[in-house]
Amino acid sequence: MATTLLSIRGLTTVFHCRQGQIEAFNNVDLDIDQGQVLGLIGETGCGKSVLGMSILRLLPPNGVSRGQIIYKYRDLLGLSPQVMQRIRGAEIGLLPQNPSASLNPVLSVGQQLMEGLRLHRMIKKEKARVAAQTLLGCYGLRGFNNRYDEYPHQLSGGMKQRVLAALSITGKPSLLIADEPTKGLDGVARNQVVALLRQLTRETKMALLLITHDLKVAANLCDQIAVMYCGEIVENGPVGKVLVSPLHPYTQGLLASLPENGLHPIPDYSPGVPGDIQGCRFYPRCRYRQDKCSCQTIKNKRINETYVRCLSASEGREN
Amino acid sequence: MCILENKLAFAGMVIIAMLVILALFAPLLAPHDPYVQSLGQSLIGPCRDYPFGTDEFGRCVLSRIIYGTRISLVIGLGVTTMSTIIGVVLGMVAGFHNGRLDEIIMRVVDVFLAFPGLILALVVAGLLGPGTLNVVIALTVVGWMGYARVIRGAVLAEKEKEYIGAVQTFGAGDCYIMLRHLLPNVMTPIVVMASAGVGYVILAAAGLSFLGLGAEPPAPVWGAMLNYGKAYLQSAPHLTIFPGLAIMITVLAFNFLGDGLRDQLDPRMKNLHFR
Repeated sequence: MATTLLSIRGLTTVFHCRQGQIEAFNNVDLDIDQGQVLGLIGETGCGKSVLGMSILRLLPPNGVSRGQIIYKYRDLLGLSPQVMQRIRGAEIGLLPQNPSASLNPVLSVGQQLMEGLRLHRMIKKEKARVAAQTLLGCYGLRGFNNRYDEYPHQLSGGMKQRVLAALSITGKPSLLIADEPTKGLDGVARNQVVALLRQLTRETKMALLLITHDLKVAANLCDQIAVMYCGEIVENGPVGKVLVSPLHPYTQGLLASLPENGLHPIPDYSPGVPGDIQGCRFYPRCRYRQDKCSCQTIKNKRINETYVRCLSASEGREN
Repeated sequence: MCILENKLAFAGMVIIAMLVILALFAPLLAPHDPYVQSLGQSLIGPCRDYPFGTDEFGRCVLSRIIYGTRISLVIGLGVTTMSTIIGVVLGMVAGFHNGRLDEIIMRVVDVFLAFPGLILALVVAGLLGPGTLNVVIALTVVGWMGYARVIRGAVLAEKEKEYIGAVQTFGAGDCYIMLRHLLPNVMTPIVVMASAGVGYVILAAAGLSFLGLGAEPPAPVWGAMLNYGKAYLQSAPHLTIFPGLAIMITVLAFNFLGDGLRDQLDPRMKNLHFR
């Protein structure tokens, strides 16, 4: 049994806006073991990325998190900003969502890699230069000696992604949060990113929180899958269970909407962020809905190794 | 397009280079000592010995203008440097730490901007007394606000970009982000403002010394030369024409340079150019 690296308990993040409090997600429980790849899937706006930023405590000033984020026996929410800053990059890294906007346009790629190395590994400039070049080479930038002094606008999107991947692990973090790393990439580039992430996790024994809505990428990379809907984790279990015999109607709907499964979309749209919905958040769109679903708080149910937040889910039920 | 291909900017740079050479090698280039009086030769018009003529005390106007370059450039560059530093520091802090600190700094900027600039500079220079350093301080007091505003605006826009967020996730602190990542990205408007600002400062300094505030009398200051020369406007116009031309050419040169830099650094004004 692997040891738990990150354990999130009852995490709720809200944003204070002019319209009052808007909830990004509610009461999220999540565990990541050392070296495990956890896929967090769900549709746009369900709170996946905000969860990633909540772990790093880099929410905008009006965002507030409650609950517990236990990382290596410490509650991240209780740490001082200075300590938290030391954890970012060195303990928990982030692979940012948008590679083309996430590099500083006026510094060369090599300079940006070097500063990460110098910050985290405390090494001298000349050594850092060599180390940066090695890193670029490891992560597939061929002819990296030429790339070293180039600026971000001279690289393609895929190359920038590699540079960022190299950057995000310069501090040798134990946990990497990859925020939709395959967003907006074509098939070839997506496969490269998947290969890159697999290489990263294999070589460094690093745990990975993969935030994505690409089920194929998730199936490819992950050990464990958590499905998020409307700010709640609705199903959480081993990849072989969740993506093969899903228990929650939402997960079933997601899988049925894949082109190879017949392209059957879930009816209606996601309600965005509901205020105080009693009961199941998927109720309005669910095809198994019963009256009791809408009037009580749905608890997590454990079926085999999977946790599912649905009253009617049971072992035998299949599509 | 290279900035050297912009004729006006190039002319500005040549003139500024010449002014700098004049200032550095004034003792070698000036035909006479700018301080030596010879009352027997007062108010001579331009001639072979005195190309720009002599003033009421028989001092060589050309030599005094050449030595005056030193004071003008020191004031122009000194004020611009200090204003830029103050403006950049306060503007960055205000823009980065949005909130109460931002409010305080920007309201102070508003208060300073609400005063008519030259009058505030007059008051400050009057309080501090004569002297080149005091002129620099007075003009800095009225000159830093523009830089603070421009920098704050640029920082507000820049800090929301994703690369700043990315740097934060790599564990960088606020000061580091401001100096290393924000500053290079917001410097462009400041470079343009500062290069044109030098000309404006020289003009304002000439105005102050025209009114008697600035370096003490025997010192060769362009504005003060205008002031003394105005009594002889009809009998000896060269006393005002040549210092006036010196001021005009200097200010024009810095303005040309500023315009050229703006055209060069603003991507929308630039022709597409690939390496």
